[in-house]
Amino acid sequence: MSKKMVNPRNAYGEALVELGSKYKNLVVLDADLSKSTKTIMFGKKYPERFLEMGIAEANMITTAAGLASCGKLPFVSTFAVFATGRVYDQIRMDLAYSNANVKIFATHGGISVGKDGVSHQMIEDIALMRVLPNMTVIAPSDATQTKKIVHLMAEKRGPMYARVGRADAPLIYEKNDINDMKIGKGITVKDGSDISIIACGTMVEPALESQKALKKSGIATRVIDMHTLKPLDEKLVIKCAKETNTIITAEEHSIIGGLGAAVAEIIAEKNLKTNFLRMGIKDMFCESGTPADLLEKYELNEKHMVKFAKNLLKN
Amino acid sequence: MKIRELEIIAVKIRKHIIEMLYRAKSGHPGGSLSTVDALVALYFAHMKHNPKRPNDPNRDRFILSKGHAAPALYATLAESGYFDVKELKKLRTINSMLQGHPVCTYVPGVEASTGSLGHGLSFANGVALAGKLDKKDYKVYAMIGDGETGEGQIWEAAAVASHYKLDNLTAMIDRNFLQIDGRTEDVLKLESVRDRWSSFGWKVIEADGHDIEEILNALKKANAHKRQPSMIVLTTTKGKGVSFMENNVDFHGVPPNEMERNLAIEELNLAQKKLEASL
Repeated sequence: MSKKMVNPRNAYGEALVELGSKYKNLVVLDADLSKSTKTIMFGKKYPERFLEMGIAEANMITTAAGLASCGKLPFVSTFAVFATGRVYDQIRMDLAYSNANVKIFATHGGISVGKDGVSHQMIEDIALMRVLPNMTVIAPSDATQTKKIVHLMAEKRGPMYARVGRADAPLIYEKNDINDMKIGKGITVKDGSDISIIACGTMVEPALESQKALKKSGIATRVIDMHTLKPLDEKLVIKCAKETNTIITAEEHSIIGGLGAAVAEIIAEKNLKTNFLRMGIKDMFCESGTPADLLEKYELNEKHMVKFAKNLLKN
Repeated sequence: MKIRELEIIAVKIRKHIIEMLYRAKSGHPGGSLSTVDALVALYFAHMKHNPKRPNDPNRDRFILSKGHAAPALYATLAESGYFDVKELKKLRTINSMLQGHPVCTYVPGVEASTGSLGHGLSFANGVALAGKLDKKDYKVYAMIGDGETGEGQIWEAAAVASHYKLDNLTAMIDRNFLQIDGRTEDVLKLESVRDRWSSFGWKVIEADGHDIEEILNALKKANAHKRQPSMIVLTTTKGKGVSFMENNVDFHGVPPNEMERNLAIEELNLAQKKLEASL
């Protein structure tokens, strides 16, 4: 039952090292957090292509755009809060508007960052990145997928934003499970006909646990790993609405502007008749605490998910 | 090219700027006119570039950080041959590649999309770092406004350029002492500009920003300097070349009306004739 725990940040660091030999134009920029973001792994292997930018994130983003204009493939990393909100204007002008081939890979997304508190808990990043034209937005769910996605990001041209959490995460996939995965195509991890839980990032695992729990109550749950928030897999959302008539979205992010909002836009615009509930942070700032305490208080764990699913199905 | 010939090009570019802004009925005359002589020095005498090959990986790059001087950059690029001068009259109109502020994905020769102040020097850092990584010998130039140095990002970039010893990078500050709300020293004190940049580890060179010969000498000095980025402090006059716009902060972001346009063109035509007579 207990799955192997692997930190997605380590998977990112390993993926960069793998890519370093394949892409001679790959450069990695970090803002004094390379030990936490794990870009240090690349830095050790390829010191000449690792650019420490210091605690100066705005400059880091625009510098990456300059590097990309010369054919470099920059991966830029810091914590999600500093990788987006702090440098929004730089991302908007120099990456999105300029359609620069720069990849932002942020760690410490969501509230499960834990005890550092609100200054370090980023729950608006997906919303901020999603409104930017040209920007691809991704939230991998485990270490295996993280590694795959980093490879896919390197292959595909254009500005991209990916975020993972801080904590170790249970392995959901074996490498071969997701050989064919594509950016923009959601994964049906479990199929079911009563309810769809569309989750991203750290919420895919509790969705899978909920699926097991709901099964005991005779509820067949479909679990979608919606790793790409933009472009969103619209067809899959429509399919879930039509086939299960009940959708819960789950994300470690504000319910405004993120996965839930993106799914709601499709439901509304396509006039889909479906029960619908968004799990996420309900337009508030959270607080310090252990990840488990935070996810319990802000209703983002398996227990709450099962409760929400049952309530929604009663309607 | 002789200095006198470069000066004639500068007058032509100033005339383009006046016409463009008059037609567009919006834009920034003051800070466009103050940058012209440096742009002419760079594009017509100093930089290694080929307008027919705007994406040549070995080209020297110029990044206009003070993007509101877009008319000066567009006119310089058009006169250099990057695109037809006829495009200039479409500035700021619908379906034109000449947006109010420069966009790298639209205009051949524009390296970075600027207009939000404070970005250009960081972009130049990236280009300079790539040059170092690839062991290429191209040079990178960036022009920032004096008021623009109020942006914190400029000082992040200043620190990083110095840390990485980007001696392939030469920045220029258009020191015209004026910004929208008034004199720079009243809005947010900048002096000593020289001391600020040298304390960040930059080689500081001063030049009269309207003396093309002096600018060219400063650029050579900057290129020859090793292990430090260079900052050329160009002392300039906002609105340079059109007497009633000179040092007049009202022309920061207000275009000339018809009468002002006629007066300006007349004055510039006269200046051009004088220069041509002395060739």
